[in-house]
Amino acid sequence: MKLTYSWLLEHLDTEADAASLAAKLTAIGLEVETLEDAGARLADFTVAHVVSAEKHPNADKLKLCMVDTGTDIVQVICGAPNARTGIKAVFARPGVVIPYSGDVLKIGAIRGLESRGMLCSARELLLSDEHDGIIELPADAEIGTPIARALGLDDPVIEISLTPNRGDCTGVHGIARDLAAAAMGQLRTKEPQPVAGRFPAPIGVRISAPAAAAGASPLFAGRLIRGVRNGPSPQWLQERLRAVGLRPISALVDLTNLMSLDRGRPLHVFDADTLQGGICVRMAAEGESLRALDGKTYDLDSSMCVIADDNAVLSLGGIMGGEASSCTEATVNVFVEAALFDPARIAATGRKLGILSDARYRFERGVDPQFCIPGLELATQWILELCGGEPSEIVIAGQSPDWRREIVLAADTVKRLTGLSLDIIQIEQILMRLGFTIKRQDPELLVTPPSWRSDVHGPADLVEEVVRIHGIEHVPAVPLPRPFAVARGVLTPAQRRMRLCRRVLAARGFHECVQYSFIARTKAALFGGGDAARQLENPIAADLDALRPTPLPSLLDAAARNQARGLGHLNLFEVGAGFASGVPGEQENIAVALRAGLPAPEWTKSQRAPDVFDAKADVFALLETLMGGAMTAPVRAGAPGWYHPGRSGVLALGPRVIAHFGELHPRIVEAFDLKGPVLACELFLDRIPEPKIKGKARPVFAPSPLQPVERDFAFLVADAVGAEEILKAVRMAERTLIESVSVFDLYAGEAVPPGKKSIAIRVRLQPKEKTLTDEQIEAIAASIIAAVAKATGGILRSQDTGADQGDAA
Amino acid sequence: MSALQSLETEILAAIGAAADESALDAVRVAALGKKGSISDLLKTLGGMTAAERKENGPLFNGVRDRVSEAIAQRKRALADLALDARLNLERVDVTLPARPLAQGTVHPISQVLDEVTAIFADLGFAVAEGPDVEYDDYNFTKLNIPPDHPARQMHDTFYLAPQADGARHVLRTHTSPVQVRTMLTQKPPIRVIAPGRTYRVDNDATHSPMFHQIEALVIDENTHLGHLKWVVEEFCKAFFEIESVELRGRPSFFPFTEPSVEWDLRCDRSVAGRIEFGRGNDWLELGGSGMVHPNVLAMCGVDASRYQGFAFGLGLDRLAMLKYGAPDLRPFFDGDLRWLKHFGFTAFDVPTLDAGLSR
Repeated sequence: MKLTYSWLLEHLDTEADAASLAAKLTAIGLEVETLEDAGARLADFTVAHVVSAEKHPNADKLKLCMVDTGTDIVQVICGAPNARTGIKAVFARPGVVIPYSGDVLKIGAIRGLESRGMLCSARELLLSDEHDGIIELPADAEIGTPIARALGLDDPVIEISLTPNRGDCTGVHGIARDLAAAAMGQLRTKEPQPVAGRFPAPIGVRISAPAAAAGASPLFAGRLIRGVRNGPSPQWLQERLRAVGLRPISALVDLTNLMSLDRGRPLHVFDADTLQGGICVRMAAEGESLRALDGKTYDLDSSMCVIADDNAVLSLGGIMGGEASSCTEATVNVFVEAALFDPARIAATGRKLGILSDARYRFERGVDPQFCIPGLELATQWILELCGGEPSEIVIAGQSPDWRREIVLAADTVKRLTGLSLDIIQIEQILMRLGFTIKRQDPELLVTPPSWRSDVHGPADLVEEVVRIHGIEHVPAVPLPRPFAVARGVLTPAQRRMRLCRRVLAARGFHECVQYSFIARTKAALFGGGDAARQLENPIAADLDALRPTPLPSLLDAAARNQARGLGHLNLFEVGAGFASGVPGEQENIAVALRAGLPAPEWTKSQRAPDVFDAKADVFALLETLMGGAMTAPVRAGAPGWYHPGRSGVLALGPRVIAHFGELHPRIVEAFDLKGPVLACELFLDRIPEPKIKGKARPVFAPSPLQPVERDFAFLVADAVGAEEILKAVRMAERTLIESVSVFDLYAGEAVPPGKKSIAIRVRLQPKEKTLTDEQIEAIAASIIAAVAKATGGILRSQDTGADQGDAA
Repeated sequence: MSALQSLETEILAAIGAAADESALDAVRVAALGKKGSISDLLKTLGGMTAAERKENGPLFNGVRDRVSEAIAQRKRALADLALDARLNLERVDVTLPARPLAQGTVHPISQVLDEVTAIFADLGFAVAEGPDVEYDDYNFTKLNIPPDHPARQMHDTFYLAPQADGARHVLRTHTSPVQVRTMLTQKPPIRVIAPGRTYRVDNDATHSPMFHQIEALVIDENTHLGHLKWVVEEFCKAFFEIESVELRGRPSFFPFTEPSVEWDLRCDRSVAGRIEFGRGNDWLELGGSGMVHPNVLAMCGVDASRYQGFAFGLGLDRLAMLKYGAPDLRPFFDGDLRWLKHFGFTAFDVPTLDAGLSR
């Protein structure tokens, strides 16, 4: 909503300048987005007369100008081609800041001649991009005065960002009314005077709405004005419209725009000679269409309220007029319409057809139902003044809906909701200044909002009116009582998990990414997604059109972008949502860690290509931190298809898969255009059971005083046998004494038959009661060998006492 | 000099002259070995009379002890020499780079979330959550935004394709539906924050189709606008880690709050690329807030005649941008490793109130 200061002053008698009015508007909830006060901004720039302009003796393209500033005559060197004797120009003195550059103008010497000022271009003043020459002011511009007046820029323009509830402020009059209530002056808008009809209206109007659409247009009024002369509007009207960004069209159209901007009252004018028969307000029939004023043809349906004559749809009521019945320069008889429309239906129709018009803007926010007929009278008066003509009587169909409603406001409500201690008289006065009527019924007020405040319904709305006019700055800051003396922990276990995962992965060298929740559907399909249920209806881009089933593809995209920038080696992670469907709640938190590319070579050779066991380590690092201790979750093959089938695995608790890890499938690596190796793990945080907490105290610490014993075994097993099968068999062979079992060598090659491999393990035995005898150790060793043979068919290759006393746990 | 003395002198000289461990060992064997000179001497004690033994025993043993000690000393000295010689050869170029250990980073949004959570936890707020895909009813209708309300135009909503049952879900346009979920499932008093991803069909230099909000909700019998102002003020001081701030409230409109207030923070932006709070002539928009609308309370099953409270929303990404000087929003979601390293935090920078939220 744009308006000018002078326009506001037509409605508001005030001493306040534009800046203080703007500040007050923001303070009462009509947020001023911009205040363009060229007069204030350009106050230092004055009108000057170029007394003479001659060629600079030392330069071809420069001119030596003598400039009359009104107080003195100064020498200015100017490079503009249009700097010439006799013109009026914009003069800046040394010391003035040039808006375009932000530089302070100095007395300069240009090619040996002193220049004591500058003649300015439009760009230098930030008035336009024009920089081919200096601004030439009208010949009658008064020398020495600020240029804003000469340029017609002395009227500040205010732009308000109007909230959707304030239909009453879609006109300058309403804004002035709010300012007056906020004690910024007196409202001085003149009441419209009825204009007597000279003859009965020859065009009938009726409202014909089915019961289902009752209230689509409760009131429709109009009158014929015959013998008008349409043509360009007078200068003042054209300037007013231009100042707020509208293009003047013709007097009749400009007046309807003026009514809209000045009073928030949309009108429509039909060329009466194009009408056939009477006017009917009705719902559109399926299949009807309208070529509207914007030149587009819209297909209508039965939910839309239209204005029609006997022949066709004339206009979309409250949204946009039709081309066929619109006024032209040749129009001599006009039918002026002022009506009421249902805000919700206007909004629905506007949205369905994609039309954003000034009329829709106002109707969907709610126009003043009491100003329908007065608006028509005022429009008549304006048309008669500018275009002449003879008005008919007014024809009316329907009636204004009852807008009066009484709100009970308990005296303490303002204090209860805001903490402000206002006495009831202050509250009453504020509301009355805003046009509310009040009946005192102690301890309550019975408040009736004015017809123009369709947004005010309950006590809370009244409290807002009181607090915004009284001033939010007066609301006291009151401490919220502390629920506990010492604050308590508030995170849920799941929230702590997300946080821990981030810290663990960052500590392991991964960089956290936060990626969009949507990706390309084709890519989602590679990870089990990409179905219709997870498709966005209105994506911002074709490659961001599907909910991601897991954050993994988002990270792969990020990795590919980095590799394209020359960053080949990446450790990235994200802890975020993967979507199992398009239904609320069917999403889960997944921690994904990605290792891509080769690390840079380095002199100690400590860096190597990452492999599946790095990804497995990442999973276990996460799990063990989350569970608060060592984990022996069973691992098996069977990761989903985006992993390398032979170099990946899953962790499962019972039937429940809690993680995938491994090398990514070469086709995935190729689809994302990545340079490998590419490893990943996905940990499904919500599927992990919560660790069982038994109080805060740790179990008793009882280290054994007895020396542990270590034994090494090497087994020859078939290739297909998993190491975990051997480890499990060993653990089961002696359940109390075996403290740990670890794999320390894997060998296949010359000394091992084809199809076999040798796995070497170290078993650490912790005696419980007394030191183990050799016989006991031998017996355990034998049962280990037997258990492995039974479980895996493995044959003992060699056995040894622990090669060293290093910690093999 | 007695023979005993000269023997001792001779052996001690030989010990001193031993140049390495084997030479020293030869001296030891010659003196203290089975057939060593001192051992032989000691053997003679057995054939002596008691009186002779009483006189010579201590003398002989004294020699043996001094020789043993001298050998031990010499042995230590030789070992020191040998170690020095070895160490002298064991030199590396310590200016070579250390073995690399990758340091990762935590994203500024996560860091700021942890900071904000620490502040609100101290004020007794729990953390509530809700899904990214949301019912139209929770995202709009129960927040007092009926279908075709003009306020829906303020939300450029992402819609999911209609589900098999015809339902048309949305990507939540704000974290406010978590208010709805909280009120539907918890009884007052309620004090929660709800952080999370939010989505709008918007993509330009300053907007991203996905961003993060954090919502605070208090519902009880007494909480009013003054408490809201205090919380916003205290939050700003704690979060930006400054002594004082100046807040400006502007009446505004949100369908789910009444009265509604937007808060601006006084700041100084006169130096390009920098922002200082608490002084200057600029105002920074913080976020929207207000007293929860009675219609919202009623639709969420809360007795509006008894309970009241406030809600306010902040942009998490914006807070991160302001505090840590990241000028643009879109790189937050690009995953550019250089950006992540530049703006990220180490794993160990866990924000706490006692250590100060940030370094």
